[in-house]
Amino acid sequence: MPYNPALVAPMREEMVRMGARELTTVAEVDAALGDQKGTTLVFVNSVCGCAAGNARPALRLALQHPVRPQEVVTVFAGQDLEATARARQYFAEYGPSSPSMALFKDGEVVYFMHRHQIEGRSPQAIAADLTAAFDRFCRAGEATAA
Amino acid sequence: MAGHVFHPGHHELHGVTVVLETSGGTTYVGRFHDVEGGVVRMHDVAVHDPAASDVGRDDFLRRTLKFGVRADRKFLTIPEGEVTRITPLGEVRL
Repeated sequence: MPYNPALVAPMREEMVRMGARELTTVAEVDAALGDQKGTTLVFVNSVCGCAAGNARPALRLALQHPVRPQEVVTVFAGQDLEATARARQYFAEYGPSSPSMALFKDGEVVYFMHRHQIEGRSPQAIAADLTAAFDRFCRAGEATAA
Repeated sequence: MAGHVFHPGHHELHGVTVVLETSGGTTYVGRFHDVEGGVVRMHDVAVHDPAASDVGRDDFLRRTLKFGVRADRKFLTIPEGEVTRITPLGEVRL
C-alpha cells in the first residue's frame, strides 16, 4: 500500500529539483523509454531512508559532473505502482530493487546500480561510481556496452 | 532528505541486503528485517540450496551481485541457531 502522498512529497520534490522528470503513468514511461536515443538515467525512488536517503543526494552530486546523461527520469517504487512496474520491464534482466538506477544508451542498459551498491555508503562514494559510469557511457561516440 | 528514516530503533542490519549463510549449507540473500523469537526474519529472499541447484554458491552470488536479488520468497524466517554468518551483500567479494 502506498505511503501517504504528503509524506513522500519531499522525496519527489528532491528529484525534481535536481532536474529529474517524474514518470507517474505507464504512458509517460513508454514515451520516455520506448524509443530512446542518447543516454537516459532512470532513478527508481524509494521511501527507504537507509538507502534512498543517500541515493538521492548522491545523484544530485553526480549530476553536477560535466559529463552526465542527456535525460534523467524517475519512478517512485511503492507509490506509482504501474509506472514503476512498466519501467522495470525495460530493465527486466535486473532484479527489482529500490532505490536503484539504470543507465541507458540508445535503448540498451549499459550500467545498473542496485540497492545493495547503495546501502551503507556515503553520497560521495555513490556519486563517484555514478560519475565513473557517466564518463564511460555518456560521452558522445564512446562505449555502448557494460 | 539525506538520512531520513521511517523505521528508527530497529536492528542495525534492518533494511540491508544481506547474505545469510547457514550450517546446513543453504544461503539466503535478501533484506534483513530483524531477529525475534529465535528466528531471523527477511524480506524478498533468494534461496540457494546446494542440493537442489545446478550452480554453486559462488556463481549464485556472482549472478546476484551483477543482476540483483531474484526473490524466491516474499518473507522468510530462519532459525537463529542455524545462522553461521551474515554479510551485507555490498561487502561480498568473490
